[in-house]
Amino acid sequence: MSDSRALYEQVILDHNKDPRNFKVLEDADHTIEGFNPLCGDHFTIYLNMDGETITEVAFHGAGCAISKSSASVMTTLLKGKTRKEAEHLFEKFHAMITSSPEVPVDEEGIGKLRVFSGVRDYPVRIKCATLAWHAVISGIEGKDNAITTE
Amino acid sequence: MSLSSDETILSTPLDVERIRQDFPILATHVNGKPLVYLDNAATSQTPKQVVQAIADYYNTSNSNVHRGVHRLSQVATDQYEMARKKVARFLGAPLVCEVIFTSGTTEGINLIAQTYGRQHVGKGDEILVTHMEHHSNIVPWQMLCEEKGATLKVVPVDEKGDIIFEEYEKLLSPRTKLVAAVHVSNALGTVNPVKQMIEAAHAMNIPVLLDGAQSTPHMPINIKDLDVDFFVCSGHKMYGPTGIGVLYGKGKYLEAMPPYKGGGDMILSVSFEKTVFNSLPYKFEAGTPHIEGTIALGATVDYLNAVGMVAIARHEQMLMNYGEEALQAVDGLRFIGQAREKAGVISFVMEHAHPHDIGQILDEHGVAIRAGHHCAQPIMKHFNVPATARASFAMYNTKEEIDALVNALHAVNKVFA
Repeated sequence: MSDSRALYEQVILDHNKDPRNFKVLEDADHTIEGFNPLCGDHFTIYLNMDGETITEVAFHGAGCAISKSSASVMTTLLKGKTRKEAEHLFEKFHAMITSSPEVPVDEEGIGKLRVFSGVRDYPVRIKCATLAWHAVISGIEGKDNAITTE
Repeated sequence: MSLSSDETILSTPLDVERIRQDFPILATHVNGKPLVYLDNAATSQTPKQVVQAIADYYNTSNSNVHRGVHRLSQVATDQYEMARKKVARFLGAPLVCEVIFTSGTTEGINLIAQTYGRQHVGKGDEILVTHMEHHSNIVPWQMLCEEKGATLKVVPVDEKGDIIFEEYEKLLSPRTKLVAAVHVSNALGTVNPVKQMIEAAHAMNIPVLLDGAQSTPHMPINIKDLDVDFFVCSGHKMYGPTGIGVLYGKGKYLEAMPPYKGGGDMILSVSFEKTVFNSLPYKFEAGTPHIEGTIALGATVDYLNAVGMVAIARHEQMLMNYGEEALQAVDGLRFIGQAREKAGVISFVMEHAHPHDIGQILDEHGVAIRAGHHCAQPIMKHFNVPATARASFAMYNTKEEIDALVNALHAVNKVFA
């Protein structure tokens, strides 16, 4: 499949143009940088936790429409989630976008993240879609080092 | 070549339609649209005459070189050495034995860093590069500086993408052991004033290495006229095969340099007590070389000579001028790099779309460009962009293809603006 309209869903274009929680959080509990050295995408993820629960997520930086909108959608989903729930959601998301484009999308439990199913047709963009997620997961696991997609 | 034939070439525009017949890959369709290949600075396409030379080698002459007394080995050796002569003439190298075959530009630079560099660069010394280098002309020098306690100095670039020549002159010092500069920038298209740079360095007895990966495909090169000390380039960026490249070095340097790799072919005699190294160029060609690639590079040079590098340069300059004009019709498009003299490359960003997304939508329209940092992150940072979209030209590109690029860029704006 080659029609990129299926990749650039309206929700993705909307979050790209008007990213949510797109700000610097001074004094965040966790600050994690995410790089994609291949295309130069670079985001910083800010994370506040209360015990096991994520109380605030924000991000800032520059990247393509897929990486930026994925980071934006992610921040809207993670607030109020526990560490375990966030990890579980990322597992579902990761399994979905790395699944074969030939099989139907497993929609169970992924909700809004379904808009990224078009990425399955563009394997080089998987790293874009998961960049912010890798960073946030490394943050909630207490590893605040910079992460890269390579 | 006589003056009159030069004039003939100058006055004859390229027969692009005929040239395109030599590149079967250009007939490819992508997503039902004719391929518009504008990623030539990454890898250029290869004419069928060169592909045929590879097939001919395997079908008629395949054998190891410099070894056998048998017929095929002699034929292969003759073809291999003939390619060296052709390449030497094509690049205007003073001596054939000063032309060494490598795997590409990167290996050529690493070879110089690991031999000449390790021999001559010491604590407190400096190596001078420009701000617009490809990573392959930064990292080998950083590694060497780290090892030797030397310093990598950087010639600044202005807001147009030209080096600041006065700063370059100021940075040349008795501590400078080598200037390693790109001839044509792969990220910006800037043609550096290399002749003046070489003169200024030579006035202080500093040798100069030119990274010719992006100049060799786009303009006539004359090493003798440039008086450059080292020159490196890659086959696959000049319509030849991958995995083959050229290192030219002045004999006086090459003779004094230690070998880079040890092995067969680079020796005269070996005993467990002592090895006597072979003479130039073989001292630097250890092991069985890329015979097929070398012979094909010779065929590539034949092809380029037949078309004429002057004619290619003029055609690409026409495309560049047309392209820079045409792209101004695209809303929110901004050029990155508007140097006084440019070759082969138009680099740009768009207000509403990231280069990665531009590349994706263009691909849907059959248009192949490069999106990214072009392995030149320092110059991206200089222009304060994470990446650019880059259209790069070759002899077979047409105005119609640039029109297709512009139309596809309008489509990008439809999605993102």
